[in-house]
Amino acid sequence: MKGTVFKTIAILSTLLFIYLCDRFLDSYTLSIMNNIGIFAILALSYNLINGVTGQFSLEPNGFVAIGAYVTALFLIPADIKSDMFALVDPAETVLAMHAPFLPAIVAGGIASMFIALLLSFPVFRVRGDYLAIVTLGFGFIIRIFAINNPAYTNGAMGLNDIPDNADFLWIGSIALITFVVMLHIVYSRYGRAMKAVRDDEDAAIAMGIDTFKIKTTAFATSAFFEGLGGGLLASFLTTISPDQFTFMLTFQLLIIIVLGGLGSMSGTLLSTVLVMGSMEWLRFLDDDMVIFAMHTGAHPGMRMVVFSILLIVMMLFARRGLFGDREIMDIIGEKLGKRSGR
Amino acid sequence: MDLSTFLQQLVNGASLGSMYALIAIGYTMVYGVLRLINFAHGDIMMVGAFLTYFAVSFKFPFEAAVALAIFGSIVVGILTDKIAYKPLRNAPKISLLITAIGISFFLENLFNVLFGGVPRAFSAPEYLSKVMHFNGIYMPVTVVIIPIMTVIILASLLWILYRTKYGMAIRALAFDIPTVKLMGINADSIISIVFALGSALAAIGGIFYAVSYPSIDPLMGIIVGLKAFAAAVLGGIGSVTGAVLGGFILGFTEIFVVALFPELGGYKDAFAFFFLILVLLFRPTGIMGEDLERSRF
Repeated sequence: MKGTVFKTIAILSTLLFIYLCDRFLDSYTLSIMNNIGIFAILALSYNLINGVTGQFSLEPNGFVAIGAYVTALFLIPADIKSDMFALVDPAETVLAMHAPFLPAIVAGGIASMFIALLLSFPVFRVRGDYLAIVTLGFGFIIRIFAINNPAYTNGAMGLNDIPDNADFLWIGSIALITFVVMLHIVYSRYGRAMKAVRDDEDAAIAMGIDTFKIKTTAFATSAFFEGLGGGLLASFLTTISPDQFTFMLTFQLLIIIVLGGLGSMSGTLLSTVLVMGSMEWLRFLDDDMVIFAMHTGAHPGMRMVVFSILLIVMMLFARRGLFGDREIMDIIGEKLGKRSGR
Repeated sequence: MDLSTFLQQLVNGASLGSMYALIAIGYTMVYGVLRLINFAHGDIMMVGAFLTYFAVSFKFPFEAAVALAIFGSIVVGILTDKIAYKPLRNAPKISLLITAIGISFFLENLFNVLFGGVPRAFSAPEYLSKVMHFNGIYMPVTVVIIPIMTVIILASLLWILYRTKYGMAIRALAFDIPTVKLMGINADSIISIVFALGSALAAIGGIFYAVSYPSIDPLMGIIVGLKAFAAAVLGGIGSVTGAVLGGFILGFTEIFVVALFPELGGYKDAFAFFFLILVLLFRPTGIMGEDLERSRF
């Protein structure tokens, strides 16, 4: 009972916070907040398959791309589409697609989830690390398809003029919903089964857990929210192209969930803010630097060198990240419990 | 397709397949011993090509440059294992995989920062860039030399694996690491040999690649590495001969499908992925592989 009251208050005050931010913050701060919100959605769902279920996957860029394209095609009006498609005329279905904002992003999520179900069949049939390589390959294939099917995707030129419906009210609320849903999954029967699969698959099978079903559920749920996040991203950026959804995106999310702790949703939320903030702050690394009166010249990619070293060092020396595989509520609860002598 | 075109495509396929085979061997050997998908392996191939490029541009003769590049790649391969993988031998599998992807991303971006992301023209020595001509078939010398060299290299690799003590130790390691350690074998140095062999072959594959498609860039290893891994799974992961077979099958498929159906040319890089999915669906052990641990439904 006390828990429910607390939860309701927490959710309502977060909603109020989102509303106030949207109302009073300037557009630059809001764009950073929007970015953080979208990355939080992506990282939370990515942590479900990687951290909670323990199946190493490299899929986000592919599923985000699917969500972004599907949402964009639903949002852009038909006359703008026929003007925009420069290489070939858009396909009939593309012209016919039209939907309001919420159904459009949900459609993006469902499309990603559908692909995830298709992929999970060959991948989870065998044990081992095939998920990683298949999803890594998928991220490249999706780009090849986008470029080679200009009637659906406008090829390498991508889609522009996507209506910018995604304000912070939408992004913040969906991030909140994602967080609540993920916590509910983690603490549910499914969540415990996922952790069992992660910790010892043989023991999980022996306990009667249908590991194929659990892994597929986790993967499809991740994919749904990644597609949703992709739709928000498309509407937030108003322009998308195949080159946006490279492995770089996946790598940023991987850094976030490793720093937050594989399996910890609250850790992921905190580290999203930290990583996105430092990405912004470390921008100077990519620019021309003066070291001992010598110009180093611009180094696009220097930040990524730093972040990949960070990832390796974290894996070697601080594998648990901020919160390990636990939630901050549990850690605090345990501390309080100790103090009261329980 | 007439006979001369067929023969020409056959040689092209053999040449492309050789490169995939050489790189696939590194994946399959590391997987066989450590059960690890070494994501950095494709990038070792890139390192090999780049080191050759720089050695040549420092006026080294081509042969010396190649030797230097192979040596450099071996050093990078062994260092990767010692620094990043060895401390994690007893860690959860996912940590090892995350580290591997971190190394891969690190190498790509390091070379990107140091040398720029623009593709560089790779200049092979004159005797390798000649074009031969007989019976109406024109083909570059490289497409003939590459398969021949590959066969020689593979024969020596098989000799190492099946006729020397080190090879025996490698094969034993693939079965059971703790028992091998009990037999008084230094498992870590044998694992280093595995990385050295794999990296050397990847570097050779990278140099072949750079000579045939005379352009190199820091991201060239990703897609080739991915294809080579698919080839290794197709042949049966853990099996060296399987990797070679898978590499050649993939090479021939890419060349012949594009020759027969030119409209599929844009999807050339996707074939390997579909092979991978099909193999996982219908024969997860690959062509020559031993039984994988199968997941029960």
